[in-house]
Amino acid sequence: MTMLEPIPSIRLKNGLEIKLKEIHTAPLISSWVWYRVGSRDELPGKTGISHWLEHMQFKGTEKFPAEERDKIIARAGGAWNAFTYLDWTTYFETMPADKIDLALEIEADRMTNSTFDPEEVESERTVVMSERQGRENNPSFWLMEAIHQAAFRIHSYGHVILGDMVDLATMGRDDLYQHYQSYYSPSNAVVSIAGDFDQEELLKRLKELYEGLPSGPEPPQVNRPEPPQRGEHRLMVEGPGDTVLAEVSYHAPPASQEDFFPLLILDSLLSGPQGLNMFGGGGISNKTSRLYTRMVEDEDLAVSVSGSLPATIDPYLYSLNLIVHPDADPERALQALDGEIQRLQDTLPGEDELQRAAKQTRALFAYGGESITNQAFWMGFSEMFASYEWVTGYLDSLEAVTPDDVQRVARQYLVPQNRIVGVYLPHNKGNKGS
Amino acid sequence: MSKQEFTPLKTESLPGPHDITRVELENGTTVLVRPNFNSLSIALSGYLQAGSLYDPEDKLGLADFTADTLMRGTTTRSFQELYDSLESMGASLGVSPGAHTAGFGGKSLADDLPSLLDLLGDILINPVFPEADVEKVRSQLLTGLDLRSQDTGEMADLGFDQIAYAGHPYRFPSDGYPETIRAIQVQDLVDFHAKHYGPQEMVIVIVGAVEPDRAVALVKEKLGSWSNPNQPEPIQVPEAPPLEKTTRQHQIVEGKSQTDIVLGVVGPRRNWEGFYPALLGNSILGQFGMMGRIGESVRNKSGLAYYAYSSLSSSVGPGPWTVAAGVAPENLDRALDLIQEEIRKFVAEPVSPEELADVQSNYVGKLPLTLESNSGVASALLTMERYQLGLDYLQGYEQMIRKITREAILEASRQYLDPDRLAISTAGPPL
Repeated sequence: MTMLEPIPSIRLKNGLEIKLKEIHTAPLISSWVWYRVGSRDELPGKTGISHWLEHMQFKGTEKFPAEERDKIIARAGGAWNAFTYLDWTTYFETMPADKIDLALEIEADRMTNSTFDPEEVESERTVVMSERQGRENNPSFWLMEAIHQAAFRIHSYGHVILGDMVDLATMGRDDLYQHYQSYYSPSNAVVSIAGDFDQEELLKRLKELYEGLPSGPEPPQVNRPEPPQRGEHRLMVEGPGDTVLAEVSYHAPPASQEDFFPLLILDSLLSGPQGLNMFGGGGISNKTSRLYTRMVEDEDLAVSVSGSLPATIDPYLYSLNLIVHPDADPERALQALDGEIQRLQDTLPGEDELQRAAKQTRALFAYGGESITNQAFWMGFSEMFASYEWVTGYLDSLEAVTPDDVQRVARQYLVPQNRIVGVYLPHNKGNKGS
Repeated sequence: MSKQEFTPLKTESLPGPHDITRVELENGTTVLVRPNFNSLSIALSGYLQAGSLYDPEDKLGLADFTADTLMRGTTTRSFQELYDSLESMGASLGVSPGAHTAGFGGKSLADDLPSLLDLLGDILINPVFPEADVEKVRSQLLTGLDLRSQDTGEMADLGFDQIAYAGHPYRFPSDGYPETIRAIQVQDLVDFHAKHYGPQEMVIVIVGAVEPDRAVALVKEKLGSWSNPNQPEPIQVPEAPPLEKTTRQHQIVEGKSQTDIVLGVVGPRRNWEGFYPALLGNSILGQFGMMGRIGESVRNKSGLAYYAYSSLSSSVGPGPWTVAAGVAPENLDRALDLIQEEIRKFVAEPVSPEELADVQSNYVGKLPLTLESNSGVASALLTMERYQLGLDYLQGYEQMIRKITREAILEASRQYLDPDRLAISTAGPPL
């Protein structure tokens, strides 16, 4: 099984980068177009614009009116979606192999031909507001938003991807169209396709579709590095509910930095294994992780723990999240979490723990690699902050991590001065009346 | 835009009698295996007759609680040992009950299948329900219920079941209520397991990099000698009569930005002859493309909601046929009007020939994608076994879908979706 081998990049004259990988296990092809734009490219007044723009990309072009386009993909039995993240925005279709041309045409067309009808902009305004309101219904959203605001005073990672309500209310059609023209162009995009095709034939078709498009302007760069934090931030968010939530977030290195992999192993020891699978493949539980064992099993301080270390272009956050046990004092829970971090700083982890973390990651890759949608996802995703070699070398990078590395990054990053501690305190018991 | 020509499915590449092994063990368990040597892993799934319909009314959540406690320790392994084995292999295993059955599922690298089956056998046959562990699970379940009470989508769902299934066994939530979870004793869990966990009518599906004979032999070795003479017959649930008139209920959840809507009727059973016409009709109503006609009306044209879609969840019993949407509280009545208008239109006249052709192509075309992964195939095999569709179900699937008519869709939909007898449940800030 040649699941994770490097593949060459092909660059068209207009700057479009193409990654192709033939996989002939099922009559399917997954095609992705990635744009190097996300919430990191947004300043106050325009927060949420990248995500709203993603919605507008489903509103149609002259060639493919909106309602017709959705039907074309669905009629063929394809799956499609789009995602806006901190650093990127992506669109994908996974199709029966003999129908892939429809997806290729649609994506090439909407790279430059979306119309941004003013009426549709208005009706989508309330849809993106509704998406945010739906998220607001979950207490963890408020905690997450407050932590981001506290962590990033300067950098655009400080606002949520969905944007602030005031900006969603005030931005207009021209703002969206300008954003589109600035960032949606071949020179700012990557196409990644995996599945049941002949590489030469597919490349020829991609050239037909894309080579005629102008390269596009140099996209504006928002470059506002976050200065080092000076002292621990602590915050509290109050709202309805009965359950106390806690999050501890540390400023963390970007994915391309060498400390990223030791931190991934550290996270695996603390909160359990994470994979890179976006589409199925399933996960592995974290019941034997250090934090779960101590906080959930041994001391009844939490009912669940989880961790996340997203791969980003700029330094972002390593976060640990707790659902605090109903009978526990949140401060005691946070002290126990500190105790486990202290243990990592004081005592070298065993080689066996590291090997186990690597085996878990290998298994997650095996599960996820069975989906060609995941395969094509990995190929483009990694190009957004590093390169595909970051994925193909992922297991080696993890296996190269030593106990000393883990201890070193624990001592360097997991210190109070570098973190934000947030607690969600429910102030009522909800209203159960009808 | 011209309509696409369709290429018929290559039926020989779909799982079927030529590559599915089906064996009935002496103890009443059915094993299905489909090899896939393109993969490195194994997907395992199945069910046994231990769903929440067996919960006593004052101990709702008992089936859930039992399933969640199975992995807290067995006669030979502690919780820590169980999970250490599992997580060290990079494998997963879990049990989650539905109304009729408790489903289980797992995943491992191919070499670890014997260990995974060993663990499955151990937790199903030999759980010990240690008291301290039961209390830990209880805290987790109660916290889950606290979170549920803050989840407007879940609260609207619960409200729908109360209205649409009044007097029917489906009216109760499988995760119970705080007071019923608190009422459950360790002995209740022990008794529930002793009575309901057994090999009669159990189904195990294994898909992945394993020879079928070996997989069957492994199941026999780990679970073949299990027996339980106390197992009752599977529960049959009655029909749920339609409401006399549209009934609306609002559940207040304070401090929320959005109100969730769940609206609909009690739908058909999975084995009803009109099920497939209803399924295709449902897709036209609220799924196809960007959430069908309802998505077009509520999201695309009116901008009222990020999600607005319909679902048909038929099962052994009469499952719900619903529309769900999340809207700003001030738009609630408008959204309800639009959704009801779409339902009214949907049962007033047949869908268009284009709509039917589109949805037929969709159902046929997406089959290879749903069968791409081992777990996708396992899920298809499980459905085939549960509803006795036959091992050649997928071979006849395209023909079955393509012969559905507009009239059949109208007839099936009219039989259930009565726009004057809807259960309308909403949850969010006060009205």
